[in-house]
Amino acid sequence: MEMATFNLNDGFPEAILRGFKGALLTSSDYSLMCQCESLDDMKMHLATTCYGNSLDKDSNLNTTSHLIECCTDKFVEEFQYLRCQADKRLGEFLDICTYPYMIDNIVLIVSGCLHNQQTHELLEKCHPLGMFDSIATLAVAQNMQELYDLVLVDTPLAKYFHGSLSSEDLTEMHIEIMRNKLYKSFIEDFHQFCSKIGGTTAEVMATFLSFEADRRAIAITLNSLGTDLNRDDKLSLFCGFGALHPYGQRDLARVEDFDEVTKILSGYPPYSLLISASSGSEEQMVDKIMSGYELELCKDAFMQQFHYGVFWSYIKLKEQEIRNLIGYLSALCKSNTAESTMVYRSEPHLGV
Amino acid sequence: MAHFEGVNGGEESSSRLSGSPGHASTSLWRSEEMQFVQLVIPAEAAHDTVARLGHVGLMQFKDLNTDKSAFQRTYANQVKRCDEMQRKLRFLLDEMVKVGIADADAKLQAVTHALADPELLESSYELDELEVTLEELEKDLVSITTAASKLRKSESELVEFQLVLEKAGQFFEDAKRTGASLRGSGGSPREVELSGSHHADESIESPLMGSDFTHARQGAASGYPGLSSRLGFIAGLVPTAKLHQFERVAFRAMRGNVFLKSSPVGPVRDPALDEKVNKDVFVIFFSGDRSRSKMLKICDAFAANRYPLPEEPHRQAQMHSEVCTRLAELSSTSRAGDDQGRALMLRASHHWESWMAATMAEKATYHAMNKFSIDVTSKCLVAQGWIPSASRASIADALRYAAARSNAPVETIFSTVQASAGLRGGGGASDLRNPPTYFRTTKVITAFQGLVDAYGVARYREMNPTVFTIVTFPFLFAVMFGDVGHGLLMLMAGLYMVLNEKKMQKKKLNDIVEMAFGGRYLIVLMSVFSIYTGLLYNEMFSIPMTLFGPTKWVWSSDQDKYVMPAGAAPYAFGVDPIWHGTKTELTFLNSMKMKMSIVLGVIQMLLGVAVSCFNHLQKPTGPQTSERDTLSITCEFVPRLLFLTCTFGYLAILILVKWFTASKADLYLLMINMFLSPGANECGKNCPETDPLYGLGGLAGFLVFVAFCCVPWMLLPKPLIIRKRHALKSQGGHAYGILSAEEDSDGDDENGNAGGGEEDEYNFGEEMVHQMIHTIEYVLGSVSNTASYLRLWALSLAHSQLSSVFYEKCFVAAMETGSPVAIVIGFYVWAMATLGVLMVMESLSAFLHALRLHWVEYQNKFYVGDGYSFEPFAFQTLNTNET
Repeated sequence: MEMATFNLNDGFPEAILRGFKGALLTSSDYSLMCQCESLDDMKMHLATTCYGNSLDKDSNLNTTSHLIECCTDKFVEEFQYLRCQADKRLGEFLDICTYPYMIDNIVLIVSGCLHNQQTHELLEKCHPLGMFDSIATLAVAQNMQELYDLVLVDTPLAKYFHGSLSSEDLTEMHIEIMRNKLYKSFIEDFHQFCSKIGGTTAEVMATFLSFEADRRAIAITLNSLGTDLNRDDKLSLFCGFGALHPYGQRDLARVEDFDEVTKILSGYPPYSLLISASSGSEEQMVDKIMSGYELELCKDAFMQQFHYGVFWSYIKLKEQEIRNLIGYLSALCKSNTAESTMVYRSEPHLGV
Repeated sequence: MAHFEGVNGGEESSSRLSGSPGHASTSLWRSEEMQFVQLVIPAEAAHDTVARLGHVGLMQFKDLNTDKSAFQRTYANQVKRCDEMQRKLRFLLDEMVKVGIADADAKLQAVTHALADPELLESSYELDELEVTLEELEKDLVSITTAASKLRKSESELVEFQLVLEKAGQFFEDAKRTGASLRGSGGSPREVELSGSHHADESIESPLMGSDFTHARQGAASGYPGLSSRLGFIAGLVPTAKLHQFERVAFRAMRGNVFLKSSPVGPVRDPALDEKVNKDVFVIFFSGDRSRSKMLKICDAFAANRYPLPEEPHRQAQMHSEVCTRLAELSSTSRAGDDQGRALMLRASHHWESWMAATMAEKATYHAMNKFSIDVTSKCLVAQGWIPSASRASIADALRYAAARSNAPVETIFSTVQASAGLRGGGGASDLRNPPTYFRTTKVITAFQGLVDAYGVARYREMNPTVFTIVTFPFLFAVMFGDVGHGLLMLMAGLYMVLNEKKMQKKKLNDIVEMAFGGRYLIVLMSVFSIYTGLLYNEMFSIPMTLFGPTKWVWSSDQDKYVMPAGAAPYAFGVDPIWHGTKTELTFLNSMKMKMSIVLGVIQMLLGVAVSCFNHLQKPTGPQTSERDTLSITCEFVPRLLFLTCTFGYLAILILVKWFTASKADLYLLMINMFLSPGANECGKNCPETDPLYGLGGLAGFLVFVAFCCVPWMLLPKPLIIRKRHALKSQGGHAYGILSAEEDSDGDDENGNAGGGEEDEYNFGEEMVHQMIHTIEYVLGSVSNTASYLRLWALSLAHSQLSSVFYEKCFVAAMETGSPVAIVIGFYVWAMATLGVLMVMESLSAFLHALRLHWVEYQNKFYVGDGYSFEPFAFQTLNTNET
């Protein structure tokens, strides 16, 4: 049924998206970038890729941040285009895809305000996909309740705040907990939305979201190792599904050190393989492995047709691409030796 | 019809090229003979030489540095510098357009002309000097514009303040008046406030603010300073789009203890963004200092500009006048600044196009030089590329000239690379075997060549279908579009474009007009043919004409039918007008047009087969060499020709004979009998034995036999003979190979042989399958293609029927009513339908079908079309839009 009707509404955006995906930088692009010796070279090379038109020719601003901004703008432009072309259901899906950016932006501004940074500076750091009208007003709020009453009640995130409000003053800890709670509700909500759509979309997105849920569970566990967050608190931050749910999550909530985490993970198939494949035991390694695995999932999503998962995975791929560019560029700025650039080669980039 | 765009682009340059003297007369039958040449250019003369070649515009450079990316190339730096200069020039142009002293399109056109003008580039600017000039210009301009924008910023701030003073002052005044009137009517301030708050949401004129305000003032006056400080207000402007959000957030933040009054002021220049934004003036009241700081933050968040509004009316008035005087001062200052910038830009504007042209040429030159390989000692550059053999002399001239100009100690070495010689860069040998295709077209022919190129660029030295297309395309179009009136309308449009060619070339046209303009000569030719076929069909807006006298048929009441009186000649030209409106008109026309379509189709297909013979006669084996492919002629061309002639050629002849002899034979039956019962002599029910088409059974049987023999003839001998030849060759080894002229090193020789071996690698199976496919395609194709030509009949029928329907149902029907209004309306509808449906849609569909008949039915008989076109390095063809 899906095959018969999908293209009715979503055929065009999907086709456009696949076109966008075809324009992602390839491994040969990356290897050429490694040979770049200056920002100018980099810019020249990027001008031959899909970023060609968006690196606006008329500016002599030649800084890393400017380049990255251009690339991000290009991504946002593509996304907006897709959003414009999307019909109701896909539009909703794409809107939900921007929620994580919103959450990040809120957290960024609130925590920035805690450290007395200027609001407009913070606004510049925000990801353009996660902007909403009254975002700047976040700076006014003093505590969670106020935050909600003043600003967030107008945003689509309002529903995620249900039951997670406290009138305590904002602190780092609270913000972090808020972020995780928001993410939890977001992932669960998204999961529900996708299963409502059903079909291949639900299938593909379930893989993504349960992976996301597990990743967050692991990250929360690792980050809270030294803190006084208790077991129940942690459990309340874990999502209600995913490969680790419920026993793995219960175990994770209990752990005290890093080794225990690896031990628990080795009991769950995708992660056990990943963990065993890498000998490293640092926390960054876990992160890296996870994002590598996610990119694999993204690639796989493109193998199937007639589902919305490709949109999500495209966003992820593009995000990673921009992260890669940031990596290359900062390595370029730090030193021009080939070695430092090589570090970023080992990052997962997609030779698609 | 995308080809038209390309057509138009290429046209200017090509017409210019053909205009230049010293070229041998060139033929359109086959593409130009090309040579692969190598230039060894001394480093000092490199730039001048390449620039010179850019003027001549007849050499296509081969990229010898494909392995290097853009930024690794030798002249990447210079290219970057040119980019930077172009950026500055574009910046200048933008500024000029903003101020209104230049038109962007006109300037870009001027650049195109400047690029084409060799004089201008002859006096080329020194790049370094130009760079410095531009640098200074940009700096000056930037400083002027930043100063101007600063002025503008303070100006718009003042304007906003002025607006706030006016509008907000108005609020206070209104409120006070209402408050006073209420108080005057006896209510205590307390009551007023209560009633005011009650109505606050309903009307902006409500006295809440006034009463609050006066209340506060009273409190202040009566020694309660706390009261006035508690009730604060902020005045300013907020973008209209954000007003509601702003109000809502403020309301929430103050827990409802807030009152906001606003009034729209329309588009106002925002000081921060420097662009016009729709804004509202607002005054917001709240109480308490903490609220004030909160409000300030909210204002910042919403990009609401705040202004210090004094409370007292007289101070407001005073401030207002102050602001007004400062505004006047500012505007005179900024005008002076603008004048300065204008003068600067006017000066720059004179040179702009020549600067731009020089920079573009420079950039193109360095791009070309990036394709050269540089000798290790970097004393000289090696360039390779294709040139038309006929233009060798002019290129040699250009090289000598450039070397002399740049005072180089040695001249550029100019040599032709032979296929056997070793080549720099990978894939040299295969590159040499594939020269580009180059036709020198004139502006008339370009459109037709475009029609063919849109299908595929001809293979090197292949027979060019364009030659016949020039006539056949408009003719087949006209067969489908035959009407004198429509033809005349089209002719007018076409002639208009042709006559105003010069004017229209300069203008920038919109897409559709540009497409039509590119094909203007095609349109003229199509319309002329349409008039001709219209005369044949005897139709002018579907009305028959009696140009050649009245019909000779007369009604004979004895025989109850029309008869031709003895001695009368038939109607002199075209269809007899008497057919019009008769019951049998359609039957007659259908039969005629159908048969005509088949005859035309068979003729065109036979032409296609004949052209393939010329392809075999002179089959190119290298850039300059060709051979006669006897095998293909005997085993492909001859059986194909025979097959088509014996089947559908025979049908066409039968048709013609039937027409000329007034035979009554049933052609369907003849054709069916030809295949199903060979030898049968009868020719239909009404066909007497005296009929000229009676008794053709023997001939038909023979023809079918020949046609059947042709099939294996096409299929088998060619691949078998090729295999045999190949076997012989491999037995005999390389003994029969032509000895390479320069066998200086064994390594070279080995390379050559290896390359040759690869080329000759022969796969019989593959060859056989190919031959099978071709044979099947041809045999089936001759049936389906002939049927395909029936579209000529179908479209022609549709056209004449449509036009007669429009004429009768709109125009004639309206005339019959006799009312002038109905006639006017009827005429209008008919005219619109004729223009919209017949002239536009029908002509497009006829065009499309004519195109299809050429691409598929005609060209598949001989045309390979897998070449690539010659794209010389020429300044004239640089695209100004890409700058």
